[in-house]
Amino acid sequence: MTVTITWYLLLAAALFSIGVGGVLIRRNALVMFMSIELMLNSVNLTFVALSKELGLIEGQVAALFVMVVAAAEVTVGLAIIIAIFRRRVSANVDELAEMKG
Amino acid sequence: MAETIVFIIFAAVALVGAIAIVAAKNPVYSAIGLLSTMFSIAVMYVLLDAHFVAIVQVIVYAGAVMTLFLFVIMLIGVDKPDAYGPAVPAQRIMTAVVSVGLFASIALAGRAAWVTGSDAFGTPNLNGTIENVSDELFGTWTVVFLATVMLLTIAAVGTIALAYFGHEVEDEEAVL
Amino acid sequence: MTEYLWLLVALPLLGAALNLFFGKKIGEPLSGWIAFALVGIGWGVAVMPTLAFITGTASPETIYLFSWIPIVGADIAILWDPLSALLTMIVTGVGALIHLYSIGYMHGDERYPRFFAYLNLFIASMMILVLASNYAVMFIGWELVGLSSYLLISFWFTKPTAAAAGKKAFIVNRIGDWGFLVALMMIFAAFGTFDFGVIFSSAPAVLTTAAATAITLLLFLGATGKSAQIPLYIWLPDAMEGPTPVSALIHAATMVTAGVFMMSRSAVLFELAPISGGVVATVGAATALLAAVIAVTQMDIKKVLAYSTISQLGYMVLAVGAGAYTAGVFHLTTHAFFKALLFLGAGSVIHAMANEQDMRKMGGLRKVMPITFITMTVAWLAIAGIFPFSGFWSKDEVLAAVFEKGGPWMILWIVGVLAALLTAFYMTRLYVMTFLGKPRWAEDTHPHESPLTMGIPLMVLAVFATVAGLFNTPARLTFEHFLEPSFALLEHAEPVELGLLIALATFTVAVAIAGIVWAWLRYRGEELPVEEGGFWKAGLNAFGVDDFYGKVVVAPGKKISEWFSDTVDPKGIDGVTHGLANGVRSSGEGMRQLQSGQVRSYAGGIAVAGVLLIVALVAFGGGF
Repeated sequence: MTVTITWYLLLAAALFSIGVGGVLIRRNALVMFMSIELMLNSVNLTFVALSKELGLIEGQVAALFVMVVAAAEVTVGLAIIIAIFRRRVSANVDELAEMKG
Repeated sequence: MAETIVFIIFAAVALVGAIAIVAAKNPVYSAIGLLSTMFSIAVMYVLLDAHFVAIVQVIVYAGAVMTLFLFVIMLIGVDKPDAYGPAVPAQRIMTAVVSVGLFASIALAGRAAWVTGSDAFGTPNLNGTIENVSDELFGTWTVVFLATVMLLTIAAVGTIALAYFGHEVEDEEAVL
Repeated sequence: MTEYLWLLVALPLLGAALNLFFGKKIGEPLSGWIAFALVGIGWGVAVMPTLAFITGTASPETIYLFSWIPIVGADIAILWDPLSALLTMIVTGVGALIHLYSIGYMHGDERYPRFFAYLNLFIASMMILVLASNYAVMFIGWELVGLSSYLLISFWFTKPTAAAAGKKAFIVNRIGDWGFLVALMMIFAAFGTFDFGVIFSSAPAVLTTAAATAITLLLFLGATGKSAQIPLYIWLPDAMEGPTPVSALIHAATMVTAGVFMMSRSAVLFELAPISGGVVATVGAATALLAAVIAVTQMDIKKVLAYSTISQLGYMVLAVGAGAYTAGVFHLTTHAFFKALLFLGAGSVIHAMANEQDMRKMGGLRKVMPITFITMTVAWLAIAGIFPFSGFWSKDEVLAAVFEKGGPWMILWIVGVLAALLTAFYMTRLYVMTFLGKPRWAEDTHPHESPLTMGIPLMVLAVFATVAGLFNTPARLTFEHFLEPSFALLEHAEPVELGLLIALATFTVAVAIAGIVWAWLRYRGEELPVEEGGFWKAGLNAFGVDDFYGKVVVAPGKKISEWFSDTVDPKGIDGVTHGLANGVRSSGEGMRQLQSGQVRSYAGGIAVAGVLLIVALVAFGGGF
């Protein structure tokens, strides 16, 4: 039994779905962030797996770009969380409902 | 065969880590779950012959990003577990439905790939060495690469701005 | 010499700007003198190039200034041909004299510089209209003339009647402008350009008779507005609310001739549409007669002249309709002189009588106002058509041209002769009631001769009113020849036989003398005849045309506007907007429940939508 692309893709789908679940169910902004990172990683996994399958190096390049964007997003996102925390002493996103219509 | 065993072990680790992120009460445990998941994915990259991406994955994610997360957790307070109370049951059910539905639908959508996916998976000659990746990165994708440079710079500036200004209003004059 | 012709527009504009912005600083007599001088210089610039046409050393030319909208053939250029040269001489010449006259007449007016600013603006607009080398620029001049006319009529806008008269002139003219504008659109649709040269040279090949008829009838509608013909003449009598020099300048000498000028300019198009020619001539003749009848019954000296103007314009339009453009323009020229003279003389009288305009309260003015009396005598004989004054030549020419066409045109000729009879009658009536007989002045009026600034224009105009006719004696030596290049594209009618011409002239003079004698007998007595019967009342009321328009056009218009403002606007238009606003508000009230501010609920929305999208793609996408 060899490992085929199916395995990788199913693993990535599972990780992605778990990440979505984490975003939906957790109220801690930090944990939500980690879930988002998880989702990004799962997408990277599909990129690399398909790169291998199709013989295109571009898949790996795309994964690198996703990493860069993710890194940028993490720095800014964490800075925002700290800024909010300084003001509110809380990382509960449910309390951040100023935009309520 | 060894490849299959390695895959199964690290897939299991990744899934456990992922569930730990979502389920752990303490954000530190979540972070450790994330760390293990990322490390497992790095192993997957090695299995897929994407060596350079694997290295970067370890350095950037397992190294830099995770450090950042842990640092922030320390800053906010380790001893404050997720004290926001348990999630509402309805939310749990909904989340479960959505997650499972998402997984099912992605699997469904991707079935074409694994139907055709032959046992002789992959292109053996494709090696994600630094040379190969950088040929592509600096050949075809130079402009995009430069754009990411801009993006990172802007992100850095934005982070500094967020940390610096709005801290204490009366300090602003001194800052300026 | 022609390279300086742009000054004709620039100088009056400069004067207008000076008087408009610095009028208060320049002060009373000086601002008038500046305005007069600039128009006078304009005349001086134009006089040599015009003489070149008379001596036959020049040919028509287009002086290109700069490009405006090249794609529609609308360049800023001067079309300098005998027709525009003649009009230029009239506008600047008579205009300058009227400026001079106004210096005395407007003495002491609070907004003295403003008046001269408007006068200069008028001259500039008129020059744009006259010198235009394409219909687009001509239309600009046309509208500017309308604007300055409106400003001048309602110059004393604190008088409600003057303000109303200005508005009336503007609105009535707009109806004509509509016709002109639609005609321009049709011309552009047919030719793809506004340029006179292209249009007139290619018209016979491009236009069908139907198209030419439609275009010319619409052009004529424009002309009825500016040149005060049936059915749009009603603004002109009311326009007498303006200062008298304005009446003389705009409503006698220059602006009202714009319609005749425009039709003469478009002569090529009118030639292609015989039906339009018939309509134009019929309307002209009818206007001439109707206005003459009304003029007989008027008591206000300026109203008499106003209706007289309408009547004389009817002659010009009759001539244009009959294809006798030279005759029409000739009558336009002589009329400009003698009618300006009449108005200025009337202004002098009004000035002397302390703003009394009712002829029943005048009489016997010949002794106190010798200059006015003598010059008015000239004007009176000229308009009545007595040999050898200018009116004789031109009116005779018009009537001869109509007579010559024969057939149904004879009816129009008879109408014209009737109008000539009435013209002689009402002018004699005015003359006798004003200058002869015993004084019937109000007790506290002390008439006096007007100052020299007013007297000189009268004298100059009197000279021209006398000799202008000699430009075109029956031998047809000069005037026809002079204007020939402007109508080069038309076939020239054979000159009327000299014998017939003399017979006709004798006849019309006899008619005029009959009119004069009839009026003389009626009004020479000590007491004025009682004029209070039904005819007089109806005539004084202009046969109720205004009331008729009021009932037929204005009242229904008002009803419709009221319906729109009271019903359609609040219920229909406001209803739609309010309904929309309420709909948006209530749907917003509903939708804002979704906007919980909870990040996770949004994320849930995204996730659910993502699932659904993927399912939909798998189910219907086909690609998978």
